[in-house]
Parts: sequence; C-alpha cells; structure tokens
Amino acid sequence: MTETPAVDVENLVVRFRQRDRTIHAVNGVSFRLARGEVLGILGESGSGKTVTLRSLMRLLPHNCAIGGRVALDGEDVTAASESRLEELRGNRIAMIFQEPATALDPVFTIGQQITETLVRHLDIGRRAARRHALDWLERVQIPSARRRLDAYPHEMSGGMRQRAMIALALSCNPTVLLADEPTTALDVTVQIQILLLLRELQRELGMAVVFVTHDVGAAAEVSDRLAVMYAGRFVEMGTARDVLRKRAHPYTEGLLAANLHGVEPGSRLVTIPGAPPNLAALPPGCSFAPRCPYALPQCVETMPAPVICGDDHVARCVRAEERIKLAA
Amino acid sequence: MNVPPSSDDRGGAAQPLLIVRDLKKHFPAKGSFWSLSRDTVQAVDGVSFSVAKGQTVGVVGESGCGKSTTARLLLHLIEPDAGEVIFDGEGVGAPGGIGVRELRLQMQMVFQDSYSSLNPRATIADIIAFGPRTAKKVPAKQAHERAERLLDQVGLHPSLFARRYPHELSGGQRQRINIARALALEPRLLILDEAVSALDKSVEAQILNLLADLRRDLGLTYLFISHDLNVVRHVSDRVVVMYLGRIVEAGDVGGIFRRPSHPYTQALLRAMPSMDPDRRTDASLLTGDPPNPINPPSGCRFRTRCAFAEEVCARVPPALEDIAGGHQVACHMMVPGSGHSRAGTICAGHD
Repeated sequence: MTETPAVDVENLVVRFRQRDRTIHAVNGVSFRLARGEVLGILGESGSGKTVTLRSLMRLLPHNCAIGGRVALDGEDVTAASESRLEELRGNRIAMIFQEPATALDPVFTIGQQITETLVRHLDIGRRAARRHALDWLERVQIPSARRRLDAYPHEMSGGMRQRAMIALALSCNPTVLLADEPTTALDVTVQIQILLLLRELQRELGMAVVFVTHDVGAAAEVSDRLAVMYAGRFVEMGTARDVLRKRAHPYTEGLLAANLHGVEPGSRLVTIPGAPPNLAALPPGCSFAPRCPYALPQCVETMPAPVICGDDHVARCVRAEERIKLAA
Repeated sequence: MNVPPSSDDRGGAAQPLLIVRDLKKHFPAKGSFWSLSRDTVQAVDGVSFSVAKGQTVGVVGESGCGKSTTARLLLHLIEPDAGEVIFDGEGVGAPGGIGVRELRLQMQMVFQDSYSSLNPRATIADIIAFGPRTAKKVPAKQAHERAERLLDQVGLHPSLFARRYPHELSGGQRQRINIARALALEPRLLILDEAVSALDKSVEAQILNLLADLRRDLGLTYLFISHDLNVVRHVSDRVVVMYLGRIVEAGDVGGIFRRPSHPYTQALLRAMPSMDPDRRTDASLLTGDPPNPINPPSGCRFRTRCAFAEEVCARVPPALEDIAGGHQVACHMMVPGSGHSRAGTICAGHD
C-alpha cells in the first residue's frame, strides 16, 4: 500500500528559448515528497532551484518549455488547463517569496488580501473570511493582529510582512507550500523566528514543503531531506543528516566548506575553483567535472548515473561509494 | 609632482592605526507632511573603538544598527555631528593633524554592491588607475602599469581584463576590481562594508582567501563590516557588536563567540543556525524585529527586548566597561552596584 505523494516530479526539464540560444535551466529533476515532509533544495545562483520551484506551480514566462511530469496529490499539473491552475494556486499549492514587500499588493490592506484569497477559493462570505484572516494573523504571531488586519504592507516591518505573507499563503490550508528563500532578506534574529514559525505551522498542518535556499544553515533548520542542485540537476539528495555529514558529491563538500561549516577560524578556505558552467552550452559529461578535484577521465565524457549511497541517499558521482567509505 | 604623504608607520607598532572616540551622527527623520515635530534617527550615537595595526576588526549587527553609517563617517563620506577620529596618532581635521583628503589616501573602502560602485563607462584599467592619477598625480602610463600589476594581484589576468567593462564581469570578478581599485592608492586601512555579502558562497570563499593573502602580503589592517556572524568569526581578530547606534559588546573574537556577555550578543549568537539537523534551534531568545532607530528607547537601547530589563535600564544608559582583558560590555548586569538586581552576580556570560 503506497500513499499518493504530495509532490511527484519525474524528469523535469525546463528550457528558456532566447533569440540565438537555449538556456538549459533544469535538466532532469525527479523527486517525491510525502505529505508532511520538508525538502530543502540547496544551490547557488543560476543552479535552477527557483525555476524548479516555479515550474511546480507553472509560474514561468512564456518563452519557456517544460518537459517531464509534475503531479500534486496525484493530479498532473503539467497537463492542467489555465483555469484549473488558477484554482490550484493559492488553494492547494501556495508559495512564499524572498521579498514580501514586492510579493504583497501595496494598494490593499493585509486583511483585504487574505480575505480575497479566501472568498475566491473557499465557499465563504466576506464576513467569515475576515474572521478567518484575523485567526491567521494570530497564528503567525503578529502582535495586535486586529489592528494589523487594516494595515498596508508598507506600514509593517520586514519580519512582520514575512509573517503576513505566510498567513496569506497558508490561509486556504494548502497541501504543498513552496518557499523561495523566505528568510534570506531578514536579519539573523528575525530569520530564526520565521524558520521556527514555518516549522511549527508545517507540523500542525501536515503540509509538504519545498524550501529553496542558498543558506545551508536555514536549510538544516527546517528540512527533513536535502537536495543539492548544480547546473539544473540534483547532484545529491538524501536525509538532511546524510547529506550534511556524508557529503557524497564533491560539489556538496565544496559548498559546505564555503559556508564555513566546521572550518577552523582564520584558516585558508578550501574553495571550488572556476565558475559554474554556461547553461546555454553544458558540457556532455558531469557538469561539475571541469571544477572537480576528484574528476576521472570518464566524468568528462558521460553524465554519471545516480549512485545509491544508502537508504534514501543518492549522488550523481562515479566516485560516490568510494568517497563515502573514505569518510566513514 | 606632489609628494604623496608618507604611508610609513608613524606612531610605531603600539599606536593603534585607528582610534574612534564618541562618534555621533543623528539624521533628521522625514515626518509626515503636516507634522512639525522634528524626529531624529540616532544612527550612530557615541561609538568608540580602536583598531590595532595589522588587525582585522569585525563589526556586526542587524540592519539599522549603524554599522554602515559608522564606516561612512570614518571616511567623511558623511560628516559626523561629533566625535574624534585619530589615524595613527594624528587627529583627522584637528589642528596639527591630517586632513580628510590625506586620510582617504590611507583609508579606502570596498562596498557591498560591486556593480553600482564601478563606473559603467570606464574600462577596468581606467577605473583602477583613476585614483592614483587624480589624487596622487601619477602619470597615465605609470598608473596603467600599476593597474595591471594590481589586477594580477587580485587574481585577474591583466591581458584578459584590463580593457573590459564592469558589465562584462561576474559579481566575484567585479568585487576583485573594487578591491584592486581600493588598493591602488596604497592605503593602510581597508574598510570592507558587507564586501562579500552579495556573493554566492563559493565565490565568497575565494574573496575571503584573497583578502587574507592581501592582508599578509601588504601588511593591511581591515575593518570588516558584516551581518554574517560565520564570516566575521572566520576573519576577525576582534569583534564589535552594535545595536541601534551603540556598541553593546567588544572583545577578542574567541571571547565574544565563546563567552558572549551582553544579552543581545547572546541572542544574536543563539539565532545562528547550527547547520546540524540534530542540534536545531528550539527557541528564539528574541521576539519581533529590531526597533525603529527613530526615537530609540531611553537608557539601554536593548531594554525593550531584553528579558532582564529593570527600572535602572530605562533610566541610565550603560557605559561600555572592561570586564576582562579588553572584553568590553555595556550592560548594567555586569557592573556591581549599578542598581540592577543581578549586577555582579553574572560572570562573563555562558559557555
């Protein structure tokens, strides 16, 4: 007996057509996420993490082609009509962004924005929706929530706006929450409050969450599983514990060292040489091979198949097994 | 040709390169159109610290704490309202001291935004040569030769980069150009204002290594301003923690991170993610956002968010007191007889 996964992505491919070239943003991403599970996608700018996230909701510009299959709760999103997508967005699948200041509508109050969403998706009247909105502002721990219901986004501080956006996103009880760097723009002491809040609400509501970030620390705080993304592919995926401790892929190792994770203060940092590949002209083999200190001749020729490194731990590296043994 | 001011060590090794005393800057706040009230943003309010030669001093704090304003005040990019800046024993702008122009030859800055801080219409070589040509009247040919040497020093091949324009480079390469430009005047102190914050982590690590090499090779002193505690711990010898325009704690990097003594420093360090799923943070020591720096709380500015605040904290602003070998804290709890019920009962923080 297997439960339908909340998110089921199979061989997702996203290309952006430009006048004279094609950007290979996502190149075959597959993962499954059960209800109540949190997947952290870790990567640097241009790794394709945000595009992956947006394609789950099909929130991408017109010049892009999406291949593969994305299913939410068993329903194929890639085949859904525009009107069906409108029903799903904000209802069963919701998203929070890095910049609440731009994601919220500046000319409506927080209360109006939440109420509008509720009236649109749930079969309730304005009065009931407003009560519901107030409940949500209280649940995301906004002080003097009743007063804040009539506040405009610019009247709130950054942390407060982020809470309001979470309330807006969660107001229809989504099955899946997509979070795109929601704590990156915040100060450290505010960031931890938002991470704790997200963790608490995720458990309470049993949502599946895809949390995209470049910050290893934030990802480790909230994720059950972690995927490390490079040049449009998941190069390593596993439980947060396995990925952070065993780091089967050389890129994961480099990324963690660059995050000063367990590095002696003042010591010379082990850096990843070079720069990420051009997404318009990807190398045929492993995309990381040109920068990899462990690369073998075959790495440059063919893309390595995923290697199983343990229960629910996979890495796309020919030397993954050997590296894990060495680390242990 | 003007003789540039000597960049020799004038005060001797024991003379701090930079001493800042009671620096203040209050900005008038924009009130509503009809309001006659004159609110002020007390961006920097009595900041004092010193930077020893060859040291890296890290300045940490959240947005609005005044760390960037402090940097700009030091270079007189904005004029301080009050306070004294002493560079290698000579008062800046004081009688018999050094002038602002001279100071800027010895103190340079690297900004966070690598793009907006470069002239988009100038080539990389021109950008780097501009400072020496205008400020030190170095002939164009010499200045360009020097620019190429500097490019090499920051890890960019001169023949590939000298003729290119800023928009052709990546963020990390642009930040290397900014560093080269700052070094072109042969300064002794470099202010790095969130200089690596906008970069991807793997690029950031490369720049941090470069900065470490340059410091060693050129005998530089750094004032490293950042919101990233991991980075500050990695690069600094000494750390200054700011909150709403004031210094709340300062000390050796080891002391600050192992034994944070001010309740704010403790909360700040506790808020750092552990990067270990088995040791997740379970509670935040602080609630809410940092308060608005317009009309900040009386007395201790942290008292509105402090779990230990008492009546004395609202009345008397705590002074920055030395608690142990250069570890300074501004908290009434650390001073016996201050009137706080916990005064003197706590010895230098928690481990």
